[in-house]
Amino acid sequence: MGRKITIEPVTRVEGHGKVTIQLDPQGTVTDSRLHIVEFRGFERFVQGRPYWEAPVLVQRLCGICPVSHHLAAAKAVDVIVGAGTGDGLTPTGEKMRRLMHYGQMFQSHALHFFHLVSPDLLFGVDADPAIRNVIGVAIHHKDLAVQGVMMRKFGQEVIRATAGKKIHGTGAIPGGVNKCLTTQERDEFLKGADPLNVDKMIAWAQAILEFFKGYHAKNADFIDNYAVFPSSHLSLVRKDGALDLYHGVLRAVDSEGKKILNDVDYQDYLQYIGEEVKSWSYMKFPYLKSIGKKDGWYTVGPLARLNTCDFIPTPLAQKEFESYKAYTKGKPNNMSMHMHYARLIELLHSIEMIKLLLNDPDILKDDLVKKGTKQSEGVGLIEAPRGTLFHHYRVNENDQITMANLIVSTTNNNEPMNRAVNQVAVKNISGRKEVTEGMLNMVEVAIRAYDPCLSCATHALGKMPLELTLVDANGDVLGVVSK
Amino acid sequence: MGAGLRILVYGYGNPGREDDGLGVELARLMDERALRGVSCDSNYQLNVEDALEVSEYDAVVFADASLSCAEPFVFERLEPAPGITFTTHAMPAGSVLALCEELYGKRPAAYILGIRGYSWEAKEGLTAQAQANLQKAFDFLLPLLRESSLERIEDKAGACSGCGG
Repeated sequence: MGRKITIEPVTRVEGHGKVTIQLDPQGTVTDSRLHIVEFRGFERFVQGRPYWEAPVLVQRLCGICPVSHHLAAAKAVDVIVGAGTGDGLTPTGEKMRRLMHYGQMFQSHALHFFHLVSPDLLFGVDADPAIRNVIGVAIHHKDLAVQGVMMRKFGQEVIRATAGKKIHGTGAIPGGVNKCLTTQERDEFLKGADPLNVDKMIAWAQAILEFFKGYHAKNADFIDNYAVFPSSHLSLVRKDGALDLYHGVLRAVDSEGKKILNDVDYQDYLQYIGEEVKSWSYMKFPYLKSIGKKDGWYTVGPLARLNTCDFIPTPLAQKEFESYKAYTKGKPNNMSMHMHYARLIELLHSIEMIKLLLNDPDILKDDLVKKGTKQSEGVGLIEAPRGTLFHHYRVNENDQITMANLIVSTTNNNEPMNRAVNQVAVKNISGRKEVTEGMLNMVEVAIRAYDPCLSCATHALGKMPLELTLVDANGDVLGVVSK
Repeated sequence: MGAGLRILVYGYGNPGREDDGLGVELARLMDERALRGVSCDSNYQLNVEDALEVSEYDAVVFADASLSCAEPFVFERLEPAPGITFTTHAMPAGSVLALCEELYGKRPAAYILGIRGYSWEAKEGLTAQAQANLQKAFDFLLPLLRESSLERIEDKAGACSGCGG
């Protein structure tokens, strides 16, 4: 009799995912599928609303990366107001937005490492869950935990200073921003009391990167062989090939590094990217049209970005990038657990960028907005913490949005996450007779590398925890593990 | 304890998703009252940095929307509760308290005010039922904060679950 193992994390109102692993009568994994229920009503919801509301409206989508949606929508609306495609703003407008974005990247990457990755690395993926969590890190590695909290706080304060407030920020407006930084705000970030200043944050980012590298040196078998599979990779890059998390052209490379999307203007993304619907999933599967539905899938996020870019335009991160690339002899890195390594290099790059921007006098100037001839359509892309985020709007003569299309990072990573789960399931779950906490976590470790967004825009008490259910071929539940 | 008590009212949720904004709205309403010794804050979700913030208070009231609690609201004592979560997307209030205790050696008296909500669509504004529940929760909490007595707050915790005060 065949069996199915189901992992169902439900943390928010409609945001949840489920992993189904199909076993044959001998207990061998024959198939696996990751289902994530996406919130799909938003695109219809914004229809009829004035386009200038979009940068604020879209923050309703997600309580975790509202800044990414805010900026991607603002970039699309920039095009509509005739302010160009990301690089046409005033220097102050563009740099304030970049500061907001790098603040978001810094706090998100720091949180991911501290909250999700460090417990697994410090205690082992099969350690007692009662210890393997952020509280365990706080008890046994207090310095690291304090750093995690303060790095997150620093990034949040950068966002507050640039976006205006924590909830439904308004910093980015059509054609620019609504505020510059004050001298006092700038100096607080540059020279704030220890540890909340940019130099301490750089030092801590370097230290966490060293920690990971040290762990990797001792645990190369795990880091290098967990959920490894060939993939294409897609991201924005600066026109000269540099890593650029705010703006650029679209580039994709295959698993061997050959360019398969060669620095194209993202305003034309529909020429290059399609979205396939599959009957078993609510979430679409994006693909490169030139490759086709079957093999055109790609990875986005930190791993992809360091595979597509040629260099990193800040010195400390560039030095780390060179070591990172040398490990794979310059070839694309297809090791899922190296997503953490790449994320920490981006963490360092982000705080270096924050320092550069804080020292740029343009962020104190008051030339905030640029406008031109109105257009009827605009596309905004940004490299969000979890990967490339697409916003596309069309408007009518009454300035109302008539069409919205969003491709979020987690959707872009749909196929690679499925591949990662399958790799882990085949290797670690085949032959198992019962559902265990360790089994659940092995699958989780692979998914966590991507930190998928589970549409957790809403938030309420009383939702289900993570749950793993073993079901036989007849649909009967054989066992449940939850946490 | 009474004079000089520092209390934080922390509302969380997404006001862009109807009743999910109940906690944030309660914090906003309370902030308008500018009560002595009472600070108000809000965010989409709780997260690790909130451990630092709550460490600076004698008592914390976490205000959140609830899918299924008794109407119109519940008010209960909250204990530190370490736990692992699947994503970085949120942290339970009990975990924030546990982190606060471990990192900063502080254990403020903490309470959860769960206000019953009904609808979570992508639009701003509370449903009429949720608005009514919010008003009852506000009317319940306001005199407690004015009294600024931990003993009184403690007396009310749990005893008034679902009774509206």
